[in-house]
Amino acid sequence: MTRGTIVRANLRRRLRRTILTVLGLAVAIFLFVTLRTFLRTLQTVGDVGSESRLITSNKLGIVFPLPLAYRARLTSQEGVHTVSYATWFGAIYQDPRNFFANFAIDAESYLALYPEIVVSDAQRQAWLADRTGALVGSRLMEQFGWSVGQTVTLTGTIFPGEHTFNIRGAYEAGMRGFDERSFLFHHRYFDEIARISGGDGVAGWYVLGVSDPERAPAIAQSIDASYENSAAPTRTQTEKAFNLAFVGLYGNIGFFLNAIGLAVVFAILMVSANTMAMSARERFSEVAVLKTLGFTDTDVLRLVLTEAAVVAGLGLVLGLGGALLVFNLGSFDLGGFIPGLVVTPQIALVAAGIALLIALASGAVPAWQSARLKVVDALRYVA
Amino acid sequence: MTPLVDVQGVTKVYQRDSQQLTVLQALDLTIAEGEYLALMGPSGSGKTTLLNLLAGLDTPTDGSIRVAGEEISRMKPKQLAAWRSRHVGFIFQLYNLIPVLTAVQNVELPLLLTPLKKKERRDHAETALRIVGLEERMDHYPRQLSGGQEQRVGIARAIVTDPTLILADEPTGDLDASSAAEILDLLTRLNTEFGKTIVMVTHDPHAAEQAGRTLHLEKGALLEQRIREGHGAALASAGSDAVQEREP
Repeated sequence: MTRGTIVRANLRRRLRRTILTVLGLAVAIFLFVTLRTFLRTLQTVGDVGSESRLITSNKLGIVFPLPLAYRARLTSQEGVHTVSYATWFGAIYQDPRNFFANFAIDAESYLALYPEIVVSDAQRQAWLADRTGALVGSRLMEQFGWSVGQTVTLTGTIFPGEHTFNIRGAYEAGMRGFDERSFLFHHRYFDEIARISGGDGVAGWYVLGVSDPERAPAIAQSIDASYENSAAPTRTQTEKAFNLAFVGLYGNIGFFLNAIGLAVVFAILMVSANTMAMSARERFSEVAVLKTLGFTDTDVLRLVLTEAAVVAGLGLVLGLGGALLVFNLGSFDLGGFIPGLVVTPQIALVAAGIALLIALASGAVPAWQSARLKVVDALRYVA
Repeated sequence: MTPLVDVQGVTKVYQRDSQQLTVLQALDLTIAEGEYLALMGPSGSGKTTLLNLLAGLDTPTDGSIRVAGEEISRMKPKQLAAWRSRHVGFIFQLYNLIPVLTAVQNVELPLLLTPLKKKERRDHAETALRIVGLEERMDHYPRQLSGGQEQRVGIARAIVTDPTLILADEPTGDLDASSAAEILDLLTRLNTEFGKTIVMVTHDPHAAEQAGRTLHLEKGALLEQRIREGHGAALASAGSDAVQEREP
């Protein structure tokens, strides 16, 4: 027998309570890590956006399109080397819950502007050659079990009808955090679909490649000035700013998530800490016996703190391990809306710090009480 | 010859709110090595307080206590803890075994404070359990043992470190007559066969009869003592002051 035997035996004393305490801590730490990961990703999603790409959208909002006729003038804008455009399609696959990003793009120019979209030459050529072809993110392919060459039918929500596409290629992300769940198809096919409802001849937004990122603000200002008095005034910003503005929509949600989540985590932590403290308090009589046998205050303090540390450590392993499994290995990304959900070493470190804090907070008081308890007084608990 | 335990002018005063309660009053006592002493007296007479002082679980308000030449009344808590682990084996009325540890693990507990290796600790614990006749129940948990068996595990725990002094606080107080007799026989055996010095607090005159000497405490003072026949000469040669006093 060692001192570890005493700690293990004490943890098994009320096994159900120990398990529930560990699970409570694990849930709290998992929630904390998830929350921090989610908020950190929202805050850093702008990093995925490039400084050398500008996005021109309708000044009234992204749901209002811009005429396709703008393309020619944007192409002639000084400092812009490539112009592409895209339009949100908003179709669903079989079930409204199967929601994913699908939009029409001007294929060649779009691929030229997005080297992050990595696709083999053969598939690229096959897609470019097929009017109804689609280029699909590899994770979306996995999600629906699609394969290249397959024909899929999407149901329109903005543009009613059943729309058939041939999957000609699957792309991978060339950088971490770049989305791999989008469904891209040719804008010319979109125009055919939209023509029925009179929605053709427009683009949701333009993507402009600029040669000198430092000049991007001046170029954006110049573009917006030239359309200021038109029927569809524009708003041009770097892709990074565009993404951040998009994230900005979540601003208040983020705040509430943070506040409510942290409150829940704190409440669970308090309950767990109290349970651990209660468990130690119940054993004052045994502390008296140990002290009678010659265990010092420090010995007793160590035993109680070790027990609290083991419980908190198990909670950390389960909670943090679960989060790593879900985000880092399982690649959970909220259906592609927030790609790059990854538990960073910093977040893991903070979680470990919290577990240590719980161990100290829950163990310190009973450990201190046990250590300070006079043997003669403590023996009275025996009777 | 120097007695094993030498208590001189010990007073113990407890503070209860604003009142001072004198539990022991200028008490003198010597105990010879190998002596078996019973302490009797009504509740509140100071028996357990005296036992706690001898065990180094508490310190006197005044006076001195020397055990095997060491002045324990001046020791700091940490020193006292270390001293207890080497010199005292304590037997409780309610056994006080750790319920989540087996019999052998309970006996091994005090050995965790010694430099013995794991295997040596286990061997010592098994030997102690054999002495108290419980080698068949080593891996049983306290809830799987009878009261008498639990107390025997408690005694094995008290002797496993081969302490200088065994202190028993009403060791038969929670047992039926048959189990109590077994425990008293065991204590007598430890005293006679192994030469252990035992101080036992008891309310039971029959239990006290097993001891070589019985002291009566009342209101914190030693009132009388009884020396079992044939014990006086042995005590005198062992350094006890018992023979200098008379039974009233």
